[in-house]
Amino acid sequence: MSARHPLPRWMDIVLLPAINLIMAFTISGLVVLMIGESPLEAISIILYGAFGYGDGFGYTLYYATNFVFTGLAFAIAAHAGLFNIGGNGQAYVAGLGVIIVALALDQTHWLLAMPIAIVAAGIFGGAWALIPGYLQAKRGSHVVITTIMFNFIAAALMVYMLNRVLKPASSQAPQSETIDVAGRVPQLREFIPFFGYSPVNLTIVLAIAALVAAYFLIWRTKLGYQLRTLGQNSVASRYAGMSNSKLIMIAMTISGACAGMVAVNEVMGVQNRLVLDFVADAGFVGIAVALIGRNHPIGIGLAAVLFGALYQGGQELQFSMPTVTVEMIEVIQALIILFTGAMEGLFRPALERSYALLSFEQNAEATRRATVEPES
Amino acid sequence: MSIHTTFKGLAALTGAAALTTLMAGTALAAPAVIYDLGGKFDKSFNEAAYNGAVAWSEENGEDFLEFELQNDAQREQALRRFASQGAQPIVMAGFAWEAALTAVAPEFPDTNFVVIDTVVDAPNVRSVMFDEHTGSALVGALAATASETGTIAFVGGMDVPLIRRFHCGYAYGARAIDPEISVIETYTGTTPAAWDDPVTAGELTTAAIDEGADVIFAAAGGSGIGVLQTAADAGVYSIGVDSNQNYMHPGSVLTSMIKRVDLVVQESFTDAADDATFEPGRVDLGLSEDSVGYALDEFNESEISEEMIAAAEDLKAQIIAGEVEIHDFYTDNACPLD
Repeated sequence: MSARHPLPRWMDIVLLPAINLIMAFTISGLVVLMIGESPLEAISIILYGAFGYGDGFGYTLYYATNFVFTGLAFAIAAHAGLFNIGGNGQAYVAGLGVIIVALALDQTHWLLAMPIAIVAAGIFGGAWALIPGYLQAKRGSHVVITTIMFNFIAAALMVYMLNRVLKPASSQAPQSETIDVAGRVPQLREFIPFFGYSPVNLTIVLAIAALVAAYFLIWRTKLGYQLRTLGQNSVASRYAGMSNSKLIMIAMTISGACAGMVAVNEVMGVQNRLVLDFVADAGFVGIAVALIGRNHPIGIGLAAVLFGALYQGGQELQFSMPTVTVEMIEVIQALIILFTGAMEGLFRPALERSYALLSFEQNAEATRRATVEPES
Repeated sequence: MSIHTTFKGLAALTGAAALTTLMAGTALAAPAVIYDLGGKFDKSFNEAAYNGAVAWSEENGEDFLEFELQNDAQREQALRRFASQGAQPIVMAGFAWEAALTAVAPEFPDTNFVVIDTVVDAPNVRSVMFDEHTGSALVGALAATASETGTIAFVGGMDVPLIRRFHCGYAYGARAIDPEISVIETYTGTTPAAWDDPVTAGELTTAAIDEGADVIFAAAGGSGIGVLQTAADAGVYSIGVDSNQNYMHPGSVLTSMIKRVDLVVQESFTDAADDATFEPGRVDLGLSEDSVGYALDEFNESEISEEMIAAAEDLKAQIIAGEVEIHDFYTDNACPLD
């Protein structure tokens, strides 16, 4: 076929994700129909559960907070052409930094503990991503392989730390000591009773700040320009005098630090202790969030709320429709990831063709008018 | 159209109305069970809780409420949801419930909670603990009597203290019969995925068989299926866990280390539903209550001789009497075997 016709921006960032989402929901609806329930009722339960009342909305925002961090982590690396799928492990190890700071400072004040914990989470998460970054930059080991393997190393390390180092002798469960009330991040419900018992906390402000900061970093700084150049053409960036290996390591470190913020939310804001597997696969959901969000902060923010709503609404569905099992909800979540992530390009060729056809006719029309006018 | 109108309708009715329809759907004060991560049908721990709830339901002809967790953050949410819905009692199985229940129990003083495998100190909570180490010791003793090679193996699930407690009891029980026996110790992993990884469990079993083990104890949740299958294929003995798994490979599954989670759930649904019969506090269930032990049924009766039963019963009596000490991993986080 002839060369690809690029789509106009609005089609690329609005229409394509919308079509993918509609397809995912349609097929999920068929699944619900197959077990003899009404898809419309199911979706209204999901919407009500996710947005309809304070507790539910709070949970949606709590999940979204995590997904913003992991989504940004993936996007920042993706702009530099790196496929960081180790967000899970980076967030997990960052928990270590958070809990060390939180337990050391929980007798002071959260205003002191939180910023230091953020820095610690960034250092631990960033360092965990820097190692694969170094291996990619200096040794050519592909980050896709190394980051996913580092997830397993992180899991093993954390189990060791929880079982042998952090676990108080009195407890049987592999978890750290509880952070004292003074050292916890305040819950939004303390200011806005609307949120009921939901765990959404001040970390959400950090998430919004991270979205803004990521925008400036990627599109408004010299470093962002360098990262994007590397991502689009590594030969060009080297020719322009940039150090590709240095940029790879910087991108991975920022990415890992970003994923590490999940630990601030979970450890200091929600669980108030370090527990096993607190990341709960937010790192992987972040990949889908970044893909739907087109690696743009605004898109990531919206996609994170969408996935937060799916998590919380899915939970509501399980309560309200007992025939919908937890496996079914995972199928629906997986379908959405499949359509928006893995099959992201499914409708692109058709859309490009029809758009090209459309614009060709418009062009022909314009050319005809342009050529006719001088004669008259 | 209708999505929007239904949504608006629901929102207008708000939580109260949504709750009443929910409560109308199920009888008020229906008992509720919440399964831990790993799923309802894990053929092991969660499934034992489910079986107990089903047994109660069949006995009384009433429905019960249930919920399967997807992540840790849902724990408090599920508890509050069931409690405000009027569920009585709420039973939950798993060592990870401590924090969530500690937070929620005081908010609902009229609701009775029963938690299995961990201890929560509140006036409306009953904490049920099983002596996994003594139950494992009995199957260890049976393994030692059945072994011809003098080597037995243990395949654990996720490497956590609870599973090490199984291992330690198993090894102590085997040593009580044969002080020279060697016990191979392996775990399928360090993440929750280790509970659901029969392939790795099967490979570990093969490795243990290659090293000479001819009885393999699986304390690995859903991964245990891989151990039982591999042992059956190789023609050696395996030992199941939590639920009675003897039926899975008759002739190869020597016995199962049963933990009567099902009975706890079934009994709790009845006696914890009524404040008159509900007794809060810690309950320890062990050998003397027959809450842990080895399973004997038509599927393994041909494999277990009278002498083996005698040896196991003898050890059981000695443990109860305090003559033989089975080390509890929880006391010092160590298993001093040598």
